[in-house]
Amino acid sequence: MGDFVAYWASHQDKFMAALGEHLVIMGVVLAWSLAVAALVTLAIRRSRRVEGAVLQVLGALYSVPSLALFSLLIPLTGLGLTSATIVMVAYNQFLLVRNIVEGLNGVDPGVVEAATGMGMSPMQVLLRVELPLAFPVIMAGIRLAAISTIGIATIAATINAGGLGTILFSGLRTMNVYKIVDGTVLCAAVALVADVVLKGIEKLVTKRISR
Amino acid sequence: MQDVIAYFSTHGADYIQMVLEHLNVSILSLAVAILVAVPLGIACSRSPLLEKISVGVSGILRIIPSLAVLVVCVPILGTGVLPAVVALTVLAIPPILINTALGFRSVPVDVLEAARGMGMDERLVFFKIKVPLAFPVSFAGIRTAASEVVASATLAAYIGAGGLGQIIFTGLGLMRTDLLVIGGASVAALSLLVGMLLSAIDRRMRPYEFAKQ
Amino acid sequence: MTAAVEFKNVTKCFAGMSHPALDDVSLTIDEGELVCVLGTSGGGKTTLIKLINRLHDADSGQVLVEGRDVSTVDPVELRRGIGYVIQQIGLFPHMRVGENIATVPRILKWDRARTAARVDELLDLVGLDPGEFRDRWPSQLSGGQQQRVGLARALAAEPRLMLLDEPFGALDAITRGDLQDELLRIHRGSGKTFVFVTHDVAEAFKLGTKVLIIDRGRVQQYDTPDRIREQPATEFVRALLSSGVGGGTFCSVAGRDGA
Repeated sequence: MGDFVAYWASHQDKFMAALGEHLVIMGVVLAWSLAVAALVTLAIRRSRRVEGAVLQVLGALYSVPSLALFSLLIPLTGLGLTSATIVMVAYNQFLLVRNIVEGLNGVDPGVVEAATGMGMSPMQVLLRVELPLAFPVIMAGIRLAAISTIGIATIAATINAGGLGTILFSGLRTMNVYKIVDGTVLCAAVALVADVVLKGIEKLVTKRISR
Repeated sequence: MQDVIAYFSTHGADYIQMVLEHLNVSILSLAVAILVAVPLGIACSRSPLLEKISVGVSGILRIIPSLAVLVVCVPILGTGVLPAVVALTVLAIPPILINTALGFRSVPVDVLEAARGMGMDERLVFFKIKVPLAFPVSFAGIRTAASEVVASATLAAYIGAGGLGQIIFTGLGLMRTDLLVIGGASVAALSLLVGMLLSAIDRRMRPYEFAKQ
Repeated sequence: MTAAVEFKNVTKCFAGMSHPALDDVSLTIDEGELVCVLGTSGGGKTTLIKLINRLHDADSGQVLVEGRDVSTVDPVELRRGIGYVIQQIGLFPHMRVGENIATVPRILKWDRARTAARVDELLDLVGLDPGEFRDRWPSQLSGGQQQRVGLARALAAEPRLMLLDEPFGALDAITRGDLQDELLRIHRGSGKTFVFVTHDVAEAFKLGTKVLIIDRGRVQQYDTPDRIREQPATEFVRALLSSGVGGGTFCSVAGRDGA
């Protein structure tokens, strides 16, 4: 037990560097994912049928293993962070668009009608009424996307995107038990902490809305 | 494109072998997971304490990156099929468990009351009412687990479990575009086919939900 | 003739209620009657019916069905001989209409031909065309149609006693009226005993050969509709009559007594 801690202590800088890389990847990916998801949602909002069809396609995409998508993209965009980011943003679309749509659909139509009736333009209704009320569900989607991204980013190490996955793979290659275990614990910890933090934000947001 | 055709003509048998390996590992893991998670899920629907513990642990397990779960089995169980199956089973249990517990808890109360009121004993209520009505929810968990398992089996090629992931890893190592495309497309196709198969089974199980009004 | 149902000094309490659900209740329901149990929410009417098929057990006193103390009978076996219809209907969504109706006959291991014939016979009885409805799913039926199937299902194994707990409460007024007429017709042709719980005064007086008025666990009055109207026994009964009537609407329930 002590050996694992000792290994961590002596290689802390490497672990932290990988962690930093991982967090940056996560941030960038989430930012892009949200932007794309917002656009996609706006585009498909008009028609229920289009909405359903697009969500089915995104769902099918989400079910394909990430390694396969990485693999298919490399001939086009090469190794490294670009390919990884594109794939991760694509994956997150299913989770985000689905929850944005669900959140917007869950808004009380009476409230929307009242807002429209008092002279708000559709964009104002969306920004001031629908989105705030839909936010808890959207936040849940963001949380799911974040956890998913953390997971896939570890796999992205196989295509030279950096992050915590590099520690796991390097540990495997050298059969370094300490590296493997410490790396695993770190991955698990990052994911769990992110989940707790985001759940906390979700609760806060839900409380403020339902006042 | 010619490379692709060339690959299949020389490595056809290997390819089929890898598909089978991939399926074997996946099916085995899924089967064990079902055998563990379904009874446990049913038990959870009867015991709130057990449910809290199981669902809590499952929730944590679902958040941990699957690659980490896979890799950490190697120091303990070595390389090859065994650590892969263990890791995949562990990954498959949470969605099945959570959904099974939910399904059994969600059987409509009025249906249960009508059943008991007309003289069904608890055994009949369980097998004729609870199981058929809970199973679709449980099956949704199995579908999620299947998707997870096929994906992780791809990764498991790295630790010597065989399967289509091997093509991808070889392609990465040698920077061979043809292998990357074949590997990626094969895995994608396999997972989509599995998904469609399970979706079809799902629809057949619930004809009453899709009936026209 | 043994009474169909008898209550002897039955008391039942539930935790958290200020008064007993049933407080030392004694009454007799004769064979062939359609007794409407009428009262406000929480007054004890549903408890009364659930003591008959042992979905609840009495704290003290005896409940007898056809002369047998229900606490001495296996509850499952007891229930297979009693038809039970509830407000939320509770059709099995994963079984077709015909299979729903055939539930108890199947449990009792009737042979297939007899069961199939019975299913069609019952669908006819409740006003649904067998050919059209036998193979439908519950989700494809309207509320009124579902409750007709619920009735058919309860009648399937030819029970001598039927318990109905606000069966039409979830339906719109027109459907309710139609189903009330159906129920009257079915009861009259059957010789069975019906115990029918409702909070609707008009319904109770329209359907019942006798009306049992219950409030806060105590029987207020138990008599034929005419005699209750002529001589209300308590303030509660008086208030109930004036609330549900609007004056003299029940003077003739057409067709019942030939009046």
